Amino acid sequence: MKIEKVAENLVLKNGTIIDPFNRTTFSGDVWVQDGKIAGVGDVNAPSDAMIMDCTEKVITHGFCDVHVHFREPGREDKETLKTGSLSAMAGGFTRVCVMPNTNPPLDSPESINFIREKASDCPIHIHPIGAVTKTQGGNDLTEMGLMHQEGAVAFSDDGLPIQDGAMMRIALEYATLMDVPIINHAEDEGLRAKGVMHEGIVSNLLGLPGNPDLAESAMVHRDLELAEFTGARLHVPHVSSGKAVNHIRTMKAKNEKVTSEVTPHHLFFNDEALRSFNTNLKVAPPIRTENDRKVLIEAVKDGTIDCIATDHAPHSMEDKETTFDLASFGMIGLESCFGAVKKVLVDEEGMSIEDVIGLLTVKPRDIMGFESDLFSIGQEAEITVLDPNVEWTFGREHVQSRSKNSPYYGKTLNGKVVATIARDHISRN
Amino acid sequence: MMLQQKHLLGLEGYPAEDIQTIIDTGFKFREVLDRPIKKVPSLQGVTIVNLFFENSTRTRISFELAQKRLSADTVNFSATSSSLKKGESFKDTAQNIEAMKIDAVVMRHPTPGAPKHLTEFIDSVVINAGDGTHEHPTQAILDMMSLHEKFGKLQGLKIGILGDISHSRVALSNIYGLLIMGAEVTLCGPPNLIPSFIKELGVNVNYNVDEVIEWADALNVLRIQRERMGLGLVASVREYRAMFGITQERLDRHKKEIVIMHPGPMNRGVEIDGSVADGDQAIILNQVLNGVASRMAILYLLCGGKSNEEKES
Repeated sequence: MKIEKVAENLVLKNGTIIDPFNRTTFSGDVWVQDGKIAGVGDVNAPSDAMIMDCTEKVITHGFCDVHVHFREPGREDKETLKTGSLSAMAGGFTRVCVMPNTNPPLDSPESINFIREKASDCPIHIHPIGAVTKTQGGNDLTEMGLMHQEGAVAFSDDGLPIQDGAMMRIALEYATLMDVPIINHAEDEGLRAKGVMHEGIVSNLLGLPGNPDLAESAMVHRDLELAEFTGARLHVPHVSSGKAVNHIRTMKAKNEKVTSEVTPHHLFFNDEALRSFNTNLKVAPPIRTENDRKVLIEAVKDGTIDCIATDHAPHSMEDKETTFDLASFGMIGLESCFGAVKKVLVDEEGMSIEDVIGLLTVKPRDIMGFESDLFSIGQEAEITVLDPNVEWTFGREHVQSRSKNSPYYGKTLNGKVVATIARDHISRN
Repeated sequence: MMLQQKHLLGLEGYPAEDIQTIIDTGFKFREVLDRPIKKVPSLQGVTIVNLFFENSTRTRISFELAQKRLSADTVNFSATSSSLKKGESFKDTAQNIEAMKIDAVVMRHPTPGAPKHLTEFIDSVVINAGDGTHEHPTQAILDMMSLHEKFGKLQGLKIGILGDISHSRVALSNIYGLLIMGAEVTLCGPPNLIPSFIKELGVNVNYNVDEVIEWADALNVLRIQRERMGLGLVASVREYRAMFGITQERLDRHKKEIVIMHPGPMNRGVEIDGSVADGDQAIILNQVLNGVASRMAILYLLCGGKSNEEKES
């Protein structure tokens, strides 16, 4: 991948423009001047403008991921804000929200400020999510107001679910002050026990300890009731089970402040894939059954699930190239996201490419309160150029992340990111 | 007469004809074990490492004896998983051992999938001697050999497996093997110790041990691990014995004589009465002897088969 400054005048020429904010699709050019949108459709760019031919390509908003782990501070050997930015650009993402489970965790205004300062040098926009409780310990509320002032866009103890219902209630109540979402990784630790994969016939046959879907759905149900009770905004991350989907669907009918996300890997794989004992498929929450996968797809189609988020979770080879019980949870996911999601949702499930792009652009930005009308004149250019119909085999050479823990190697994906423009930089794959 | 798969990692999907070949070969080696000189030169010059990441007495001795009877050179490596966690990685251990020029590894490991993992790092033949709560294929083969010895066939037999199925690699490998060979299987034990979805595999589940005794030709009684007690999984020895113990009194209540098996080590007075274990219905010591014979067969079929001329050239 090559990355460079955007020319003073750049015209993305002759593409199919998909504007997910205005819900329009048309042919034309996009003119970027001094890093800002100067024209969309018929443009009057100066004759010396740099031209990028986009024939048979799609030009759309830069993708936004509300759930990534960039490991800085603490595990810079796995990922940094900078290497994470390159990984994001390779996947078409111009804006991400980083989870606070770093070392130390992002549980103070000072640590939020650290991310903001470090991120100012990066070629994409990086927003910190603050911890709900100090040290993610589940007991003591953080200085959420001050952290919000420093730039925290949401709060989560990601990876460490808030077990105590009273603590979750307090967090939701306090978050109404800033009107930002609380994101709770929903897993009842007692029910999850030592589970390392979904509890089902496959876990029974592999002899691996199972994590039942109830561990997720029971806590999602609790959180939904608390959200309704407190009037706070609740965002349910990485929904994995059909049972949790049903709870969310029921509650969304009466509470518009509830949102949810699904990962590409929960849409792409099912637990049969674990038969390989591939530790790159060990994730939390676990990859569940084919039936769950189908319910998740339906939930994306009917709007129960609002957006796609990768839960990009880099781990070193040492943390993954070991026996299944010792391997860390998580997979990287930024580079493979579009090809995987487009293959499943458009090619196999018949959704329109416009709707799928919406799941990666307008929807996540709306959840976090980011500007989502990106093709209006004068907006800072956040653009992704896609080759929507190219079949390709995912390989290590496509990975820009510092970590390589992907289960997609050798998988055929459909649809590829060609170029990404953000913060006056352009990357070309 | 070689086997179709290079390794023996588990019995899931294992070819029926290969299981039969192993059993048939096992009976030939049984004859060797009955001779005054119990040694054959079949694996002379073959080096086998017994890699045990978890404590084992009888499985390791059984493998070692099988190797010695076949004249193989053997090395034992024991490491608890905790010491492994501290220092050297699994991959390093495996590659170090293979660098010493060996032909086969017999491995026991506490984690499901570890033997398969090992095949990704080394070229030697890998034989699974138990991987956590996943599989223990050689135990299942010796169990099937013992059933074959008793009944002359496996097809159509009704086999009960009793105990902590959820945490048993013996149960899972037996289920796979017996179903492949055309037997019927019923699982019995405390409902919280039977995997929730296991019926999908085509086995019966019946929590009533007396009904299972009435139904079965043979009952494989699993060890109930004392570690499970006090974890809320088994309330007490008294409770388990009353509900699921194969007591003399319980067996006497049934007119039908069924064959009693146990993979060992036994908790006499818990899952099985001493008098039952020592009684006429039990074939527990045959299982032990067949363990050596069937492991000789497995080692011979996976590591041998070369004539001396081939080895020298």
